[in-house]
Amino acid sequence: MASTLRSSPIPLILFLQLCFSFLSTTLAISSGSSDGYTINGRVKIESTGVKGFGLPGKTSNVKVILNGGQWVTFLRPDGYFSFHNVSAGTHLIEVAAIGYFFSPVRVDVSARNPGKIQAALTENRKGLTELVLEPLREEQYYEIREPFSIMSLVKSPMGLMMGFMVIVMFLMPKLVENMGKVL
Amino acid sequence: MARATRVFLLLLLVLLSSPSPSFSLYEDQVGLMDWHQQYIGKVKHAVFHTQKAGRKRVVVSTEENVIASLDLRRGDIFWRHVLGPNDAVDEIDIALGKYVITLSSEGSILRAWNLPDGQMVWESFLQGPKPSKSLLSVPANMKIDKDNVIFVFGKGCLHAVSSIDGEVLWKKDFADESLEVQQIIHPLGSDMIYAVGFVGLSQLDAYQINVRNGEVLKHRSAAFPGGFCGEVSLVSSDTLVALDATRSSLISISILDGEISLQQTHISNLVGDSFGMAVMLPSKLSGMLMIKINNYMVFVRVADEGKLEVAEKINDAAAVSDALALSEGQQAFGLVEHGGNKIHLTVKLVNDWNGDLLKENIGMDHQRGCVHKIFINNYIRTDRSYGFRALIVMEDHSLLLLQQGEIVWSREDGLASIIDVTASELPVEKEGVSVAKVEHNLFEWLKGHMLKLKGTLMLASPEDIIAIQGMRLKSSEKSKMTRDHNGFRKLLIVLTRAGKLFALHTGDGRVVWSVLLHSLRNSEACAYPTGLNVYQWQVPHHHAMDENPSVLVVGRCGLGSDAPGVLSFVDTYTGKELDSLFLTHSIERIIPLSFTDSREQRLHLIIDTDHHAHLYPRTPEAIGIFQHELPNIYWYLVEADNGIIRGHALKSNCILQEGDEYCFDTRDLWSIVFPSESEKILATVTRKLNEVVHTQAKVITDQDVMYKYVSKNLLFVATVAPKATGEIGSVTPEESWLVVYLIDTVTGRILYRMTHHGTQGPVHAVFSENWVVYHYFNLRAHRYEMSVVEIYDQSRADNKDVWKLVLGKHNLTSPVSSYSRPEVITKSQFYFFTHSVKAMAVTSTAKGITSKQLLIGTIGDQVLALDKRYLDPRRTINPSQSEREEGIIPLTDSLPIIPQSYVTHTLKVEGLRGIVTAPAKLESTTLVFAYGVDLFFTRIAPSRTYDLLTDDFSYALLLITIVALVAAIFVTWILSERKELQEKWR
Repeated sequence: MASTLRSSPIPLILFLQLCFSFLSTTLAISSGSSDGYTINGRVKIESTGVKGFGLPGKTSNVKVILNGGQWVTFLRPDGYFSFHNVSAGTHLIEVAAIGYFFSPVRVDVSARNPGKIQAALTENRKGLTELVLEPLREEQYYEIREPFSIMSLVKSPMGLMMGFMVIVMFLMPKLVENMGKVL
Repeated sequence: MARATRVFLLLLLVLLSSPSPSFSLYEDQVGLMDWHQQYIGKVKHAVFHTQKAGRKRVVVSTEENVIASLDLRRGDIFWRHVLGPNDAVDEIDIALGKYVITLSSEGSILRAWNLPDGQMVWESFLQGPKPSKSLLSVPANMKIDKDNVIFVFGKGCLHAVSSIDGEVLWKKDFADESLEVQQIIHPLGSDMIYAVGFVGLSQLDAYQINVRNGEVLKHRSAAFPGGFCGEVSLVSSDTLVALDATRSSLISISILDGEISLQQTHISNLVGDSFGMAVMLPSKLSGMLMIKINNYMVFVRVADEGKLEVAEKINDAAAVSDALALSEGQQAFGLVEHGGNKIHLTVKLVNDWNGDLLKENIGMDHQRGCVHKIFINNYIRTDRSYGFRALIVMEDHSLLLLQQGEIVWSREDGLASIIDVTASELPVEKEGVSVAKVEHNLFEWLKGHMLKLKGTLMLASPEDIIAIQGMRLKSSEKSKMTRDHNGFRKLLIVLTRAGKLFALHTGDGRVVWSVLLHSLRNSEACAYPTGLNVYQWQVPHHHAMDENPSVLVVGRCGLGSDAPGVLSFVDTYTGKELDSLFLTHSIERIIPLSFTDSREQRLHLIIDTDHHAHLYPRTPEAIGIFQHELPNIYWYLVEADNGIIRGHALKSNCILQEGDEYCFDTRDLWSIVFPSESEKILATVTRKLNEVVHTQAKVITDQDVMYKYVSKNLLFVATVAPKATGEIGSVTPEESWLVVYLIDTVTGRILYRMTHHGTQGPVHAVFSENWVVYHYFNLRAHRYEMSVVEIYDQSRADNKDVWKLVLGKHNLTSPVSSYSRPEVITKSQFYFFTHSVKAMAVTSTAKGITSKQLLIGTIGDQVLALDKRYLDPRRTINPSQSEREEGIIPLTDSLPIIPQSYVTHTLKVEGLRGIVTAPAKLESTTLVFAYGVDLFFTRIAPSRTYDLLTDDFSYALLLITIVALVAAIFVTWILSERKELQEKWR
């Protein structure tokens, strides 16, 4: 972790922002005008990039989708997003990002006490104190080609054929010889 | 010996049985079987960004709600964003030279995107009391405290927004005055703006507003007793011209220091002999405006003191660009006219009609239709004169860049709005391949395989690897224009919203031919044509082999369902429109029948809104075949608005239209009325007509047999509580439910009914063989769910006894009739599914032997292949040993999402709308085509390619093995000979 911090200042900034957001008691839902509420949240993708398959955490290609396509919004450079003019009720937020698996999030917008946040991941029923969405895992869309090994050659039909031939050629005479001796 | 064999067999088994997901791809296999094309749709607005050196680009917004930045040199997409379906782009502009500003959702969402990479910089939500016209104005040189201000009129309010961070600086509510702002005028160099608009129909108001704080400095209004029709165009910074309510005179309005003066001019005085209705064309030409009258386009110049004069009168099949400011205070505009198979592009100065800056004739494919829009941009040539480039949008929605009398690039953006797809065969290969070609191929073939062998043995150098990759991608085999043995090469016949038909080659996705259907073009005979469907009309395979296959394109002249229909027949080899028919009746439903005539033309029945049936093709032969089958033809109509499903049968020839022997009257057989207070029809799904089922029997554990209830006449219907038709979050679980039905469409019998409490739509469903899978939202768990229903025929269940079969006491040969009451049992099960779904389909193979996969288009615009085995109602938590052997997966509460089984791998099919599958000739393989704004094609093998060697099969290794074997035989032979000799000597 320390090495990553040293190598790039971005995680540090993200961390500071996170602290900041804790301090300033961001309310994920704020009441707007009479006709609706605003849901504010944030998508956090820490690109580990270790595996080589995970795409860089580019926020410009991430979409945040409310209620299966009712509204679609995009991320600001700092990862924040907002939905405006949302009615009171229980809503579903999904994040579409190639290379990452995000759990959909249920968000309760309550009309009685505006500003109260109730959010939970629907995949594992984990509650969220803040609307910060993080990928559950990275997704690898390709099979990884196994490096060449003698075994794979042996496993191939030709390899099996060769193996069988070798057995017949060199082991069989011995077996037959042994049998002859027994007899 | 025996032991050795056993050991060997065991080894073989262990080596061969390695489980893995059924669809998976290695990274280096991308592009071998799949192709992906990116489009944007019909361009609505375009803004050029060419001032600075470096990348020249044009930013466009389209009717598919896409905003994109295109490379001006090649037409490639730098970046692109597809906004939500309810988020139509109203206007775009560029601010500060680095941000693209978009106003969308009827003037309520303002976003700024970084021009180089498309990252969203800020987003502002503009609120207002009521919906209104929306207007975006980005003054180029207005600075307030080093900040450029953007003015937006939307939802009845005028907003001033900072272009740096999107903060709303001030807001002026015009809703109380009910002012519809038409223009925002910013006189150069001043720090105030004029907002000019109509109040009601006959009053014009002008507000002078301080830019810094939104304070109204002056308010003037002028009434015009005749009334305005609402169309207005800004002619100069202080003059507007509006059309009056009768559309017969123009009113020029000048605003000087906040004072309004009106001046009326009759159009007949201007144009002369005109009695038609004038329409003002939206234009941004300074000192000029355009009106359309009697098929003419009239350019009207506004002289001093609001006097109007006609500058030019041209034919109306032309497009005019906005004015473009040249450096010396001059303005130019572009004009495109048609003439023969050429288009004439002229760039003129606004204040000098005869001063053509540019006059070019460019040859244009007539399949592109008329020019719909033009955007021009200038550059400075090496001799310091002005050069112009023009971006034009054609009738078929394609986008072209014209420069120096040539088409620099073109994009087929009509393909972003596909309505329907069907697959068609390619011509059979002709005999006669030259020997030289074969020899050359043989050498190439060997060379290729040596390279591949090197690759597998990890001996290949980096250059070799590149060569291997290039060879695999290019492989001329896959893009040939003939039918192949495996049936991978086909034509995808695609109908787009522009009324253009494209044939795409499945090998590489190129457009083989395209035709702008004459019958689906806007004309006198057919206004507002809309395409509906494409059907296979003629598929010659037994008789009539010398005829080309053709497709039937069905359309409608007009927007309502009672509008008269249009049929068009297109040859799929050549792309020629063979025939077209303007029908006298409307089209409610089209039923392809299972009969063909001697020319292999399929009989189609078209039902009109009056429930008359019309038979096509209109030949005596067709009527002969049809009369014979008349009593066996049933169909149903779903009246979703009334909540009724009705079953019909044919009666006799029409009574009203006597003499029309192709028209038939129908009678009602049955009807199912859903109670309107508790159920509303949401989705109906049937089986695909051309689906093949291999066997009706399903062998389950302990050698037991179940018989699938396979019927072409089953209809799946999903209804929802009327309250729950809205979006998620609008209802509570208690007041929402979903009811699903399986209905026999011949008798109207309900075979299955199930209520899901606390759930709501949208419902996506697929119906295949004897099962239905549907996707819906569970409000209690707040997750999506997928259910499977399988239906089995119980009347045949007692045919298991071998003795009965031997003695002939079985009912397997008894006729199956839809009239008999079926004894069916249904099994169902449901599972959670993570994602929202946009489209769903099922794989289809030639013989129906291969197991099925569901293709699910997720909300992230990816296509997931999910084995049907996961949706098996016989799954239990602890399957018994025999069930496990049968392949039953232990029950889990949610369906797995395995990233390797995304058929689109790392690609997205932006704006995904539909997935189409077609069987290949090879039983293991299905062709999959997913379309939306993007197109994606691949072929998948749900049970792996058990009947085909994989692409990376090394023939060279096989050859080497054979050579080695032969060598070994010789060696052993020699050895044995020698040994025998020694034995004899002994």
